[in-house]
Order: sequence, then C-alpha cells, then structure tokens
Amino acid sequence: MALTADQIRQVAHLARLELPPEQVEKVARELSNILDMVDTLARADTSAAEPMAHPLDMSQRLRPDAVTEPDRRAALQAHAPAVRDGLYLVPKVIE
Amino acid sequence: MSLHTLPLPQLAAGLRGKKFSAVELARHFLARIEAHDRKLNSFVTVCGESALAEAAAADARLARGEGTPLTGIPLAQKDIFCTQGVRTACGSRMLDRFVAPYDATIVSRLKAAGTVMLGKCNMDEFAMGSSNETSWYGPVKNPWDLARVPGGSSGGSVAAVAAGLAAVATGTDTGGSIRQPAALTNLTGIKPTYGRVSRYGMIAFASSLDQAGVLARTAEDCAHVLAAMAGFDPLDSTSVDRPVPDYAAALAAPVKGLRIGLPREYFAAGLEAGTRAAVMAAVTQFEALGATVSEISLPNSPLSVPTYYVVAPAEASSNLARFDGVRYGHRAEGVKTLEELYKKSRGEGFGAEVRRRIMIGTYVLSHGYYDAYYLKAQKVRRLICDDFRRAFEKVDVVLGPTAQAPAFKLGDKTADPVAMYLNDIYTIAANLAGIPALSMPGGFVDGLPVGVQLMGNYFDEARLLNVAHQYQLATHWHKALPKGFE
Repeated sequence: MALTADQIRQVAHLARLELPPEQVEKVARELSNILDMVDTLARADTSAAEPMAHPLDMSQRLRPDAVTEPDRRAALQAHAPAVRDGLYLVPKVIE
Repeated sequence: MSLHTLPLPQLAAGLRGKKFSAVELARHFLARIEAHDRKLNSFVTVCGESALAEAAAADARLARGEGTPLTGIPLAQKDIFCTQGVRTACGSRMLDRFVAPYDATIVSRLKAAGTVMLGKCNMDEFAMGSSNETSWYGPVKNPWDLARVPGGSSGGSVAAVAAGLAAVATGTDTGGSIRQPAALTNLTGIKPTYGRVSRYGMIAFASSLDQAGVLARTAEDCAHVLAAMAGFDPLDSTSVDRPVPDYAAALAAPVKGLRIGLPREYFAAGLEAGTRAAVMAAVTQFEALGATVSEISLPNSPLSVPTYYVVAPAEASSNLARFDGVRYGHRAEGVKTLEELYKKSRGEGFGAEVRRRIMIGTYVLSHGYYDAYYLKAQKVRRLICDDFRRAFEKVDVVLGPTAQAPAFKLGDKTADPVAMYLNDIYTIAANLAGIPALSMPGGFVDGLPVGVQLMGNYFDEARLLNVAHQYQLATHWHKALPKGFE
C-alpha cells in the first residue's frame, strides 16, 4: 500500500507531529514499505477468529472507593516546563 | 578473584562469608564502568554516590544477619524504569531532563531486597529498536565486537552485564527486547508471562505486550532476580494475583522425560547456517540429558512480525500521546499556538524511529483503516496464540533460535526499517501470545554468540529456568567472556 505525501501530512497532523516538508517523501516511502509488509495479514483466514486485545482473560479489578493517594501536586508539577500557581501554562488558546 | 565474573550465589556467599563487602563490590563495578564504558556506552547515568550508600546499608543489613540472596548485589536498571530522584530518560530527548517522582514497582522491590543500583542503562528510544541505534544517547557497542550492535532494545543492559560492568541488569521485552540482545551478547535473559511482573513505573510502549525481565549470565542468576521482581501489584491493573513459585528451588529437577518441540517454521529459510547448527547442537545436548524431541508446527508464526507492526505501533501511538510538552518532558521554544506547541515539542523530542511508529499506529487506527489493519491484526493475534495453545498440549517447551544470525554491524540495517523489524521474527510471537520465553547462550559462530530460545506455557517460568539451568550445568558456553573485558 503506497501512501501519498498528502496522507503522510494528514497522519502527522493527527499524531500532532511536526514533519519538515523535505522529509515527507522519505517518510512516505518508509511507511509504505512497512505497510506492504503488514499487508501480508490480508492473506490469513480469520473468519473464525475472535479479535484478541490482550493476552490474558481478565476483567478490571475493583477496589474500595477510598482515598489512597496523597496530594502530590507540587512534586508532580515540579517536572512541568511551565507552571504558575499550580496551573500548567500553555500558549493562549482563546483570544 | 574476578568479582565481576562470579554468579550471584557466589557473590552472596562471598558477602556473607566476609570475603568482600558490598561497598568493595560496588567500588569494583564502578571502577570497571569508569575504565570500560567509554568503549561501550552502556550506561546513560552512573549513580556512584547513591550506589555506595546503598552498598553500605547492605553491609549493615548483612552484619545484622539479615538480608536476602540479593542484598549487596550490584545491578543496572534499564532506563525505562522510573527511579525516584534519578533521571529516567528512556533513550529519548523527550525525557532528557525527566527525574521520576516515584520508583517503578520493580525498582522498589529490588531496592527492598537490598540490591545496589549502579546506574541506568542505555536503550533504544522508548524501547523501539533491535540494535540500540535509536537512542538519543548514541549507540551501544557489543563487547564481543565493538563494531557490532548489542541488539535491542535492552542493549545497554546486556552490554553492561556481558562486559562485567554490572552483575545483573533489568530489561523489558515487547517484541524480543530482552531475548534478542541476550542472544547477541552471550547472556541468559527471561521475558516472563504477561502480567507476572508489574509494569507500574515502566514507561509504556505497547501495553498489551510489554513485560519486564532479567538479563544475567546464568539461568540461576535470573531465577534469583526474577523472584524478587515478580508478583501481584495493585498499582498495575494487568498484574496477575497468583503466587510466585520458588524459582531457585525448581532449578535442580532433571530434564529427563522433558518434551521439547521444535517448530519447523523457526528453522525455515532465513536462519543462518552456523546459528542453525548451534541450536541443533543444543537439541542433541538435551536428548543426551534424557529429553524427547519432536517437530511441531506453529503455522501462523510467519504472520507475527506483520501482526506486531500493527498492534505495537497502535498501542504506542496512544501511549505516547501523553508527551505533549505541557506536563513533563521536552517543550519547544518560541511557539505561538497550542497546536504548534504539541507538534514542535513532539517533532523535536522524538527521534525518527519513534515518529515512524507513532505515524504507523495513528494510520492503522484512523477512520476507514481500523478494520483492515487493527481488527485484522487482533484476529491474527488470536491465531498465533492458538498455535501455542495447541503446541503445549503436546510438548512442555518449544525450542528454537532466538535470532536469525549473530550480531550485525553498526549501521548495517538502519537505512531499512523493515529489515530491522525482521530481527525479531522468532521472538515476537511469545509477546503476542503473552507466554514466557528465555534466551540462553548456545555457542559461537566466528567468535560471535548464538542464542537458543525456550518458550513455555503461561506462568511456566520455573520450568524454563530449570531447563536452561540444566543445560548450563552440562555446557560451558555461558562461561565464555568477551576479550578485553575478562
């Protein structure tokens, strides 16, 4: 399956990845090669196969509805590139 | 005495018998890192000061007659595990300055057992790679030939142990990242059953495949370290609540009567001749030990690489969405809009391979392609899993090569992602099925190590370690050391 430059730009946008224009063609070739390899899956007869999302048959555990985490906001926000008064700072979203 | 070549039980006995202290042991390994690691680049962070403090605490514990078989043992952590107060970069510029605010469960368990953390090991960026060439911190060299790759993604972990810069190391395995590098560096590496070891604090790549394990010289060493890592953890919602068997106690059982299956698909075209001969010699060895060998078929195994390259990138694209330049990690400068902040931070913070996999994952999950790719891959994953279920009705372990050939040269496969992906052709199926698998040293081709892979049924780690241990009692491959690092 050959991906076009437009498709690559769209995928990069969906993934919120900046892709320099001069790399688009190269990435299109690489991703097309990977999808060619992946396309061999189409040959498998999966008419009787249940999709497998996970290796173990398990359901989500429940726990008592009790507070177990202390407030660690300051420690966790210490890693943020830009914070003020406990808030994360980003470029202005609404004018 | 070469402290860096002793197996864990001898190190533990030496510590208890006061032949050397944990501080002396830590100093010995730190000095070796200092002397040798510029050739290998296996550590991204060395924790000299804290290691000596941990070693002193271990000595105090041992002096009180307390401790575990791991107290005072110097180990290296793959830099994918969060370590409180120590940078956790995961091989990425994105996390170059990230100091984890908590310990991964396996880190705190190994600390509680009394191990001494020498440092954090280099790795492929976000564990995406089979050669350790995608790291932001540069490639790792194979101690057996500095012109060759150590395998990946746990490339730093294996180089450190193989070169005697750490007694043991942790690793993670999403598609072969413990077993393939173990094979390429003459180590024993075990990837446990999915859910056996907690993933809490292990930076996520593909959450339905990721599993932490051990890299060591011997199966016996793996047994001791895995025993300390394994077990239920309420902080990981996929952790399995099931008792951990005594792996060390299970090592001694003879393999007489063991049923070994050789999957014919693992010996088909593509397997290098010397590697095939080494694996078949291991089969002969097991027959001599009383095991019975039969050919089996895992008919869907040729589909494991394509299945993986849908499932793993899909999960990765979702997991790596958290890196947004806002809460932690790399943030681009001089941007004007929020969208620009996301795109530029991610474009700068992630390397080419990670970007590639995020884009593949985004594509296969996008509207109009989900059924053809993601759903199809999930169905084929079921077929691959069913192959193993049928195989384990007839045999106790499945044996084959770990990799198609010994270590390749640095740069040989970087230009062709698909060629790189095919390195994991024999290892990926175990991750898709979730079964445990191990690689152990099985000889040499032109001076380069060859790995033999053992795969077992769910939660059969004890048997894999037992079988590998019995093989290591009868062979000497695992004792060989790379020149210049003896």
